[in-house]
Amino acid sequence: MDITNQEFKHGNLLKVKGRVDSSTAPQFTQALEAITGNGRFKIAIDMSELEYMSSAGFRALLASQRVCKRYNRGELVLVSVPPRIHEALELAGFTELFKTFDDSLQAVGSF
Amino acid sequence: MQRRLLLGLMSTMIFPAKFEFLDEIRDLVAQVARQGGFSDKEVYSIQLAADEAASNVIEHAYAGIQDGVIQIACDMQGDAIVITMLDRGKPFNPSKVKQPNIKANLSERQIGGLGVYLMRKLMDNVRYESIPGEGNLLTMFKRRG
Repeated sequence: MDITNQEFKHGNLLKVKGRVDSSTAPQFTQALEAITGNGRFKIAIDMSELEYMSSAGFRALLASQRVCKRYNRGELVLVSVPPRIHEALELAGFTELFKTFDDSLQAVGSF
Repeated sequence: MQRRLLLGLMSTMIFPAKFEFLDEIRDLVAQVARQGGFSDKEVYSIQLAADEAASNVIEHAYAGIQDGVIQIACDMQGDAIVITMLDRGKPFNPSKVKQPNIKANLSERQIGGLGVYLMRKLMDNVRYESIPGEGNLLTMFKRRG
């Protein structure tokens, strides 16, 4: 799993490549917490090169969304969610908790 | 006695109960599923279910235990894949895990229980048995669509 963080004026674009499971989810959480710990709460997660995500990854997303949306200060959105991962998010009832975008610049632009 | 024989006949692999082996566990079940004729979508579902199951064993059955192992057997039986996982950890019964409320709003959404919930949705059947003196045996079953 590979994570890159790009900071824009109004939000962050966090690109996650590879696989997020119980083994790699802590790093994913760490990356999210680094952003919110810096007082930035508008995060777009680019999933275009995400191959796989288990509930460990979903939990990380949920925890981060709670932090971002607190006091209405921001939100976490998902970009280019691969079909398999979208299906699993749907199964878990998570799709209603996150706005999705097809394009990362569009997502960051929405902040 | 019968149960052990059954595991012996199927292709069995023993994995250390550590998260870094989830990759190999997913690869094992994916290989059997692909050879068994499952679609890409079904293969992903089977990988995810196996991952969730193994993760629960590592996290709960072997909580606080350093060198546990998981014995995994995975085979096609007709048009269905059968995956069994045997661990010798603390009894962890997925059926005792409270089902998450998938309609709850953000602040009320439960963090735990998601893995077990997904397993049951992704596979046709999930059975858990606690075998005294042996350990915990999880059996998952999915028929080709």
